[in-house]
Amino acid sequence: MGFFIAQLLTGLANAAALFLVASGLSLIFGVTRIVNFAHGSFYMLGAYVGITLMGVLPGVLGPYLGFWGAIVLTGLIVGLAGALVEIVVLRPIYRAPELFQLVATFGVILVIQDLALMVWGAEDQMGPRAPGLRGVFRIFGEPIPKYDIVLICITPFILLALWALIAKTRLGVLVRAATQDREMVAALGVNQRWLFTGVFALGSALAGWGGALQLPKGGADLLMDFNIIGPLFVVTVIGGMGSLPGAFIAAVLISVLNVFGVAYLPQSTLVLMFVVMAIVLIVRPYGLLGKEEVAGEHGQSGAPETPIRPFGRRGRLAVAGLLLVMALLPLVTQPFALVLLTDIVIFALFAASLQFILGTGGLVSFGHAAFYGGGAYAAALMVTYAKTPMEIAFLFAPLGAGMLALVIGWFCIRLSGVYFAMLTLAFSQLVWSLVFQWRAVTRGDDGLIDIWPSAWLSGTVPYYYFTLVVGVLGILFLRTVIHAPFGYALRAGRDSARQAEAMGIDVKRVQYVAFALAGALAGLAGGLFVFAKGSVFPTELEIGKSFDALIVVFLGGVKTLSGGIVGATFMAAVEDWLTRLHYWRLLLGLLIIAVVILAPEGIVGSARRLGLRLGLVKHTEAD
Amino acid sequence: MTEILRVENLAKSYGTFEAVKGISFTVREGEMKALIGPNGAGKSTCFNMLTGQIRPTRGEVFLDGARITGLPPRVIWRRGVGRTFQITGTYQSMTVIENVQMALISHNRRVFSLFGRARALYRTEALALLDRVGMADQAERPCSVLAYGDLKKLELAIALAHRPRLLLMDEPTAGMAPSARIALMQLTADIVTEEGLSVLFTEHDMDVVFAHAHHIMVLNRGELIADGNAAEVRANPQVQDVYLGGGMLFKEIDHA
Ligand SMILES: Nc1ncnc2c1ncn2[C@@H]1O[C@H](COP(=O)(O)OP(=O)(O)OP(=O)(O)O)[C@@H](O)[C@H]1O
Ligand SMILES: [Mg+2]
Repeated sequence: MGFFIAQLLTGLANAAALFLVASGLSLIFGVTRIVNFAHGSFYMLGAYVGITLMGVLPGVLGPYLGFWGAIVLTGLIVGLAGALVEIVVLRPIYRAPELFQLVATFGVILVIQDLALMVWGAEDQMGPRAPGLRGVFRIFGEPIPKYDIVLICITPFILLALWALIAKTRLGVLVRAATQDREMVAALGVNQRWLFTGVFALGSALAGWGGALQLPKGGADLLMDFNIIGPLFVVTVIGGMGSLPGAFIAAVLISVLNVFGVAYLPQSTLVLMFVVMAIVLIVRPYGLLGKEEVAGEHGQSGAPETPIRPFGRRGRLAVAGLLLVMALLPLVTQPFALVLLTDIVIFALFAASLQFILGTGGLVSFGHAAFYGGGAYAAALMVTYAKTPMEIAFLFAPLGAGMLALVIGWFCIRLSGVYFAMLTLAFSQLVWSLVFQWRAVTRGDDGLIDIWPSAWLSGTVPYYYFTLVVGVLGILFLRTVIHAPFGYALRAGRDSARQAEAMGIDVKRVQYVAFALAGALAGLAGGLFVFAKGSVFPTELEIGKSFDALIVVFLGGVKTLSGGIVGATFMAAVEDWLTRLHYWRLLLGLLIIAVVILAPEGIVGSARRLGLRLGLVKHTEAD
Repeated sequence: MTEILRVENLAKSYGTFEAVKGISFTVREGEMKALIGPNGAGKSTCFNMLTGQIRPTRGEVFLDGARITGLPPRVIWRRGVGRTFQITGTYQSMTVIENVQMALISHNRRVFSLFGRARALYRTEALALLDRVGMADQAERPCSVLAYGDLKKLELAIALAHRPRLLLMDEPTAGMAPSARIALMQLTADIVTEEGLSVLFTEHDMDVVFAHAHHIMVLNRGELIADGNAAEVRANPQVQDVYLGGGMLFKEIDHA
């Protein structure tokens, strides 16, 4: 009994910070319809700023005022940072498709990561204890930290204060109006821009407060931003996006669940959270208190998309020439160059599979690494446990990933827009945590090793040829599908789902099949990867890996298959050089933000436009 | 003439607001029937219930005697009902002819073909359809550059692709020049006679309505207040009331 209550109380205490952060995300989404992936970064920023202030203020204001004053001030500072980000990065792109906003906030993550590294260094920092709250209370004989009890008492007041803000103030009226009806805000004659900035600042401040409040229980480190994304999104998705009470209930639910998970099922805490989420979503696709939402009417960014055409004679010759050069390269280059090229081909295939679902299908998947890593693990598990020869195990990569995509797609395809993005991300985290925690089978972060190709393929040169053939075939397959009736139907559903349904196309089913195909192709890339490296680790399934692919597709250009390939090549080429720099994340983040705002068509789109201007490419309308 | 569509007591509520209040009517084979009424009368809502975009709150819809109430749009389409929308929803990233080909691909159940060039499929049929609405010369233009009136024509070609027996057109001539309106409806009327198709359309241009509709229904605030031929509808006092003392019925009510 005592143990049970102690667990419950710990869970409730943990819910405080989580709720604060989640409510900020929810608020921002409700008003601006932007899913702020950088929200975890503001949480991390809150922790660091909090530590710094807690080091300074108590000396000036005394221990009590110093500590709590530091927490309050932290929120204000982080809120200011949020406002800055909103004005500089998000304002120019509110009318752009969701993907652009998501990618831009990802750029912000990178920038904040490196800024934090610059200012606070790489060392993890312990949070200071709260003054006067160092000891424990004994409840039914179990020790409960005093600070936990304080947190438990504070949380309902925070909820109440937020509720009062939304229900009783003028700002609240505007926020509610904006959440329910976007047009109404404009009609009210409100300066919508400043409303958005204000809400973004408030949401970021909440994240900052969350980061500062948890300091006495934890501390600050550079992984905090990514680590909270999983629980954060689970909470918002379970609670219902845009709903504060929903966020509260879900934060409590997840935190309590986590504590009991640690006590009773220590190997599956992470998995548990996602399983709960999946169950909630089966029953209520828009979360406990969320409302059904029609996908946002987002405009185009850049010129309207031109009809797709297979390459003309010149284009084909160019591609054939390039392939010929790639085939002859082993005769002249060093092995390390071939290793790099192998990586590029694998990455290009992975990116092309994402481009297929994202560009042609219009489905912004944020968890594509689940299939890449999933494929790699499928093959590696076959080799490790069934001693399957490479030729057969390799087939399990696309097969396993395709099957995984069928399962995950079943949940995700029902939703669209940002809901789809959030859900794919959450499911990829589920897969990651499964692999990470199910050590008995996957060996956790020790990874699966000794996964080498058969004798006839071992060695850099044979495996390079193997990768080249498989990769090119995979990309050609995608290209064929895009130009086939199925690809057209997929595009039709993206352009106008209503029209497609009104001409007999089962849009959801088409998307489901496309999702599975994209998953299988990503798995194929994963299969190539695992035999190239001889091992696979959970990092191949991480959010970061999904984002890598997204960024590559985005940089290359969302609109054509070649965008993914060009982007992957560009990235792989500069990555080697870039990552040697000390603050490469900062550079990359700034680059991403710049591309989003200045050249939304990516490399391929911009090159095409340049070509048009110089008369190298023919305009479709002109011929 | 046998009836092709029968609607019984069809209603749609949004919360406490009843947009369509239990209307009943039939459409007979080979007829062109107009559904008119002021803005917000519930015409589009009614159409959307007939073709499955909106699920009715109550009431039934029968096509050839078979119940189709609440079926998804794609199933109703396969049963031979074509549809154009008040706000066109063509595929912006495709050419004009590809839009028509898409309908033909779906009609021939080739949507899930992973191989073969979609662009090469059913080109002749698609061109014939475009020719029929006078759009053959624009077949290869991207849909995104079309003039509004041409989009409406393209929509008609698309709606005819699966040889529907019943065609629903929601404001087919809105936003077109008066001469173009008459031409488009004349074209539709010709198709009706040639193929024995039935058409139900909404329209704000009374010239078009009286020139082409065999029968006219008037909807006002969700209620059907008249259903008959042109003379009957004109003589109906309630209808005259709705259209401001009758004068408006003979003028053009511009609506874009
Ligand atoms: N999703 C909705 N929620 C609430 N009310 C709605 C919704 N859709 C339509 N309405 C209302 O239902 C009524 C009927 O709308 P409908 O579009 O069917 O009218 P209409 O006769 O087609 O008008 P118009 O001539 O302008 O096209 C209108 O008052 C409209 O405001
Ligand atoms: Mg209408």
